[in-house]
Amino acid sequence: MDPEERLCADTWTNSSSCCESISGPPSNQSFIDFKQKWENSSFLDYGIRIEQQFPYFTQPLEAQNSLACNVNKQKQMSDSQESNKTQDWDPSATLNNLSFLEKKIHQLQDMVHLIVGRSGGQVTGRPDELLVQQQQLITADLTSIIVQLISTAGSLLPSVNHNTLCSESPISQLGQFGKFANQSAGMSGNVVLPQKNNVEIQSDLTGFLGSEQNCNVEDHEMKSEDDADEGENLPPGSYEILQLEKEEILAPHTHFCTICGKGFKRDANLRMHMRGHGDEYKTPAALAKPNKECNTSEPILIKRYSCPFIGCKRNKDHKKFQPLKTILCVKNHYKRTHCDKNYTCSRCNTKKFSVLADLKTHEKHCGRDKWLCSCGTTFSRKDKLFGHIALFQGHTPAIPLEECKRSAGPSDLGQCSEATNKIEQLEFNYKSDAALGQNVMDLDGSGGYPTGYFSPLGFDTSSIGGFQEFPRPPFEDSESSFSFLLSGSCDYPSKNGRYIGSNNLE
Amino acid sequence: MKKQKSIPEPITNRFDLLSEEIVFIILDFLNDNPFDKKSLSLVCKSFYAIESRHRKSLKPLRSEHLTKVLNRYPYVSNIDLSLCPIITDTSLGVISSNCKQKLRSITFSRSKFFSHLGLSDLVMNCRNLIEIDLSNATELKDLAAATIAEAKNLEKLWLVRCKSITDIGIGCIAVGCKKLRLLNLKWCLGVGDLGVGLIAVKCKDIRSLDLSYLPITNKSLSQILELQYLEDLVVEGCFGIDDDSLAAIKPGCKSLETLDMSSCQNISHLGLSSLTNAARCLRQLILSYGSRVDLALVNSLQKLSKLQYIKLDGCQVTCSGLEAIGKWCISLTELSLSKCVGVTDEGLSSIVTKHKDLKKLDVTCCRKISHVSLARITNSCTSLVSLKMESCSLILAEAFVLIGQRCPLLEELDLTDNEIDDEGLKSISRCSRLSSLKLGICLNITDEGLIHIGMCCSKLKELDLYRSAGITDSSIMAIARGCSGLEMINIAYCTSITDRSLMTLSQCLKLNTLESRGCPLITSFGLAAIAVECKQLSKLDIKKCRNIGDGGMIPLAHFSQNLKQINVSYTSVTDVGLLSLASISCLQSMTVLHVEGLTPSGLAAALLACGGLTKVKLQAWFKSLLSQPLIEHLEARGCNFQWRDKIFQAELDPKCWKLQLADRE
Repeated sequence: MDPEERLCADTWTNSSSCCESISGPPSNQSFIDFKQKWENSSFLDYGIRIEQQFPYFTQPLEAQNSLACNVNKQKQMSDSQESNKTQDWDPSATLNNLSFLEKKIHQLQDMVHLIVGRSGGQVTGRPDELLVQQQQLITADLTSIIVQLISTAGSLLPSVNHNTLCSESPISQLGQFGKFANQSAGMSGNVVLPQKNNVEIQSDLTGFLGSEQNCNVEDHEMKSEDDADEGENLPPGSYEILQLEKEEILAPHTHFCTICGKGFKRDANLRMHMRGHGDEYKTPAALAKPNKECNTSEPILIKRYSCPFIGCKRNKDHKKFQPLKTILCVKNHYKRTHCDKNYTCSRCNTKKFSVLADLKTHEKHCGRDKWLCSCGTTFSRKDKLFGHIALFQGHTPAIPLEECKRSAGPSDLGQCSEATNKIEQLEFNYKSDAALGQNVMDLDGSGGYPTGYFSPLGFDTSSIGGFQEFPRPPFEDSESSFSFLLSGSCDYPSKNGRYIGSNNLE
Repeated sequence: MKKQKSIPEPITNRFDLLSEEIVFIILDFLNDNPFDKKSLSLVCKSFYAIESRHRKSLKPLRSEHLTKVLNRYPYVSNIDLSLCPIITDTSLGVISSNCKQKLRSITFSRSKFFSHLGLSDLVMNCRNLIEIDLSNATELKDLAAATIAEAKNLEKLWLVRCKSITDIGIGCIAVGCKKLRLLNLKWCLGVGDLGVGLIAVKCKDIRSLDLSYLPITNKSLSQILELQYLEDLVVEGCFGIDDDSLAAIKPGCKSLETLDMSSCQNISHLGLSSLTNAARCLRQLILSYGSRVDLALVNSLQKLSKLQYIKLDGCQVTCSGLEAIGKWCISLTELSLSKCVGVTDEGLSSIVTKHKDLKKLDVTCCRKISHVSLARITNSCTSLVSLKMESCSLILAEAFVLIGQRCPLLEELDLTDNEIDDEGLKSISRCSRLSSLKLGICLNITDEGLIHIGMCCSKLKELDLYRSAGITDSSIMAIARGCSGLEMINIAYCTSITDRSLMTLSQCLKLNTLESRGCPLITSFGLAAIAVECKQLSKLDIKKCRNIGDGGMIPLAHFSQNLKQINVSYTSVTDVGLLSLASISCLQSMTVLHVEGLTPSGLAAALLACGGLTKVKLQAWFKSLLSQPLIEHLEARGCNFQWRDKIFQAELDPKCWKLQLADRE
């Protein structure tokens, strides 16, 4: 662990460094536990500070000057807590609590001194029963200290919900905590989030600072581990891995309130919503876009996402795991690879998509520039088709149906008849347009007699002739040519605004 | 009754005694005149039947009679439809149902009005088709190409100027016709890298490939050059090819022997040197109208150890470049420097003194060379077979004597627009193998010199005397007597020539081309003599022979059944003469400008009657006089009209004409 590289953990650094200075000489198991528990407690401390936007930058120096005794540390903590008195809480009650805690800690300290003194001769010897008992005793004491400390700190926190959360989780997990921390220090990345990971991810979504407000033990735990891992371009573990559950991925909303669980499509909406949960969310800082501030104050943790589908390459348990970059990537990936394709292209009726945006992209190009192989495969690009044909024996380029139809009859006559068909179609369109226009006019209640308007539209051949000048799309199926005719005709009656409007109905 | 029966029997039997094999052998020799076989088949029934079985190739004049013709000739394997302007799907259906598996080769290069359906019919029924010439089928699209791809045994395919075919169509052909050995895609502007690349991938047997004027680039060229058997490659006018592409060529196109890179302006000596590294076996290299031929370029070609033929037409050459060619270790047999700018005596001399084995040399329009060059050429290249030196006007008259003295093997000599005189001609008459002699615009020659040619050069086939005004009847008579194998003669603007010349020329039975423009003394009698005797006549130009009228046309119409092309402008031909020409069934092209005796209705009748016309050049004002439906009808029949609006030009004095030409230069 390199303390210098730790992100947003100044206080914790202080506490741990002071702990190290204490626990440096005696390599006692209980001390390690102690230290770790203190670390845990300092998380909370830290969380509170961030929330208050407290100027704690000067404190590391103080802390380092006043090296390494528990009392000092305790003082510092109390200092920091006292400085939180900007809020409306009962300072005397807190002071009582703290002094109680101080006494407790002193007692514990004396006891440990005693143990050290006694076991000095047999440090290397096997831990006897007494020692184990003592250790359990100290552990129990420490636990109670921590619980009290948390409850003290919890009274400072704004929401009851959070308070309970904080007070519950350490207790339930305290027994395993030391082990867990030990393991995770050596682990190189893949963190299984114990629980409530959903909440964390949502908080991540809402932005970094915002999430600080809601941070809990697990969150910090994870960050600390990420800190321990190596640097950039995403060797495994250099980033934080988050994994959403399937339900969340498929949920229409991406931003969730960590307090009431309400979902939002946009983070801005969530932030507006958060105002209802308390005044602290009403500050300009809380309402501002979170990312920017984060950038300026501290480097952001790189976040990468894991697909919840077991066995997927994007799942963090996969051997060659490749993380996904953003929540959007997760959503698209999950839908594309693990969901049914429910969106069918209305043009070709063959291509199916699970992501609506994909369908829309496809529909833009569907039917146009279709390069066909005799095997039935279609290509959007001609060179791709030729690459395919070069690769496979017996495959040959297929002539588009259009051309087959066009050259079905004797060449000249065929074209003629096609042309006349076009003209007929065109006239039909004019009439239908005129009818549309008429309707619009009637609706408008202008009362004007429509034929007067439409006489210059020209059912005569001259305007039909002019019609040829309109750019033609290279590919026409019956639908598109129809729409083309409609859109083409709207340029004719330039003087008739309403008429043009009617064409928008298509 | 009995007598009548018994008498004819021995007569018919006499011919029947000849076995089919013997008649076949006789027929094999009757190739010169198509009418000979016809005559033989009319001898008797058995000959008729044998001739029908003998015929393998057919060149029908009208598609209407295809059914009958194919019934008569059941063993036809090659059909050339280039004389039929209209070939519909029905005609193709007739061909395919009659010929079936026997058909091996078919040519449509001048035909229109067929579609992919007819082609599909043909390809499906005639599974053994090996050659298809579909050139000029500009209407054909990819669908037609896809049907051609069904001809799995196809080995040779010409698609010249099939502009509507794209990569897709060529891709189909590449996949379908795997046995292709020859493919010509000249001017198929719709075909690019992808189609050509696929040809390279799929048709591994390709020997000859013409990709002229295609929008291809480096990408497909490198693929093409990996073809294992490619011998002949033409990439004329492919502007997309540049030095980079040639640099990418992998060494080892060992098969490539002929490469035509004319008009590829983006290729410099850099590209050529990488090319020579790769294709060491090149025998023929054509770099016409390319980049400047300088020292660097010539040095880049040095590694081609088998090079025999190089063509640098229209290039700018430097003296050092030519000298470097002279230093090559190899010995060229053919060199063409036609229209090269910068060819000097020094440069040319250094080449010819080294390359003594030169057989063909073309220095057309190298106007800077003088008698020094000619002396060097004749001195060292004594085995010259062909020498073309049009418009080398600096060479003095006396120098031409050297040609006859030193180059006895000459067969082809082009001295158009030179200072050669009778002495020179007299010397040239020693070249007894001479078959082609061009003496156009040689104003110094007279009968004296040409009579020597007529006496000595008995193998002469082609003689051009265009505007050599010193020529009169006596020399033409000498030629006609001495050179009985004469096939082509041009006596245009030799104003002193009369009917006597034509009457003697009628002895040259192989004469197929006669150009006698601007010979005012020639009359219908002379032309009639030619028409009666020279049955092979296929091209006739009697423009400005004012004394030729209907009297010449009528015998022509009667006897010259092989006439394909005629120009009767400025003659005294009238409606009657023109209409009589309709009896020439294979007449395809007609030019009728400034014919005063012609009325619109007479012209209309003649045009309607000549069913095989494909090209007619007419005075523009006739367009309004002929009825529009008539023109449309003729166009639908396959006739292409060219309307000209030339003003009437009085003939100039020949000397004066040359002066005018000189002024313009």
